[in-house]
Amino acid sequence: MTIDWIAFTPTTALAGGALIGLASALLLAFNGRIAGISGVIGGLIERRPDSSWRLAFIAGLLIGPLVWQIFATLPATKIEANYFTLITAGLLVGFGTRLASGCTSGHGVCGLSRLSVRSLGATTIFMAAGFATVFVMRHLLMG
Amino acid sequence: MKTTITALLAGLIFGLGLLLSGMANPQKVLGFLDLAGNWDPSLGLVMFGAIAVGLPIFQLIKSRGKSLLGKPLQLPTTSKVDRRLVIGSLLFGIGWGLAGFCPGPAIVATGTGQQKALLFTLAMLAGMGLFHLSNPKRIQAAG
Repeated sequence: MTIDWIAFTPTTALAGGALIGLASALLLAFNGRIAGISGVIGGLIERRPDSSWRLAFIAGLLIGPLVWQIFATLPATKIEANYFTLITAGLLVGFGTRLASGCTSGHGVCGLSRLSVRSLGATTIFMAAGFATVFVMRHLLMG
Repeated sequence: MKTTITALLAGLIFGLGLLLSGMANPQKVLGFLDLAGNWDPSLGLVMFGAIAVGLPIFQLIKSRGKSLLGKPLQLPTTSKVDRRLVIGSLLFGIGWGLAGFCPGPAIVATGTGQQKALLFTLAMLAGMGLFHLSNPKRIQAAG
């Protein structure tokens, strides 16, 4: 392993993370709900009766880039995957997060903030699977 | 009404945090997941920043027992690491490693107007829909 010091952005990573933690804390503090993105969307697909806060939260995520552009130019978003990979990955992420009842936000941020052992388990597994997948893709198949 | 506004605000702050942190950029996410390559540790700090802010506020709200708007706290009650959690997290982690997108960043990147992000998001919604259709417990779960 070599550390990519040029790509390393500790300040924006910490500040952005703090905003994510703050947003999750606000949703629990005011709405009493967990800011798990897959769970918020899942509730809409299941047509739960409480759709207004769910739609509002997703709308907030979607307009984030628009609000950002009022103050600054958008940071780069580079998507290297091809269409086939994007569709496969999307299906896996959608199905997997619902089966596991959570994703990076619900288990990773909120679950660990609640000191949940189940979420620690989920986070460990999806991180390990992510590391393994990138290793296979970049170093075994394309290396 | 109030809970809709607070949810919108929480979603917006969450989205801005994802943009600032670099989580909404798949290239950066894959740089973090590539332990064997040129490793970019930034996203570890995103998680650290989010939990550093989230954990104390979550504990405070939990001990209060109710949201500031008087809503009940709807926290997950299951604590078991079961088969669903393990398999779901594995599938999610593989998808995350393939494209570099998890649910929140996919929505935010869609908000930047990137077609590839929209494609991933649509596939993700399809994956969630497939789970909903295949889940025998969906009637109770929706209740």
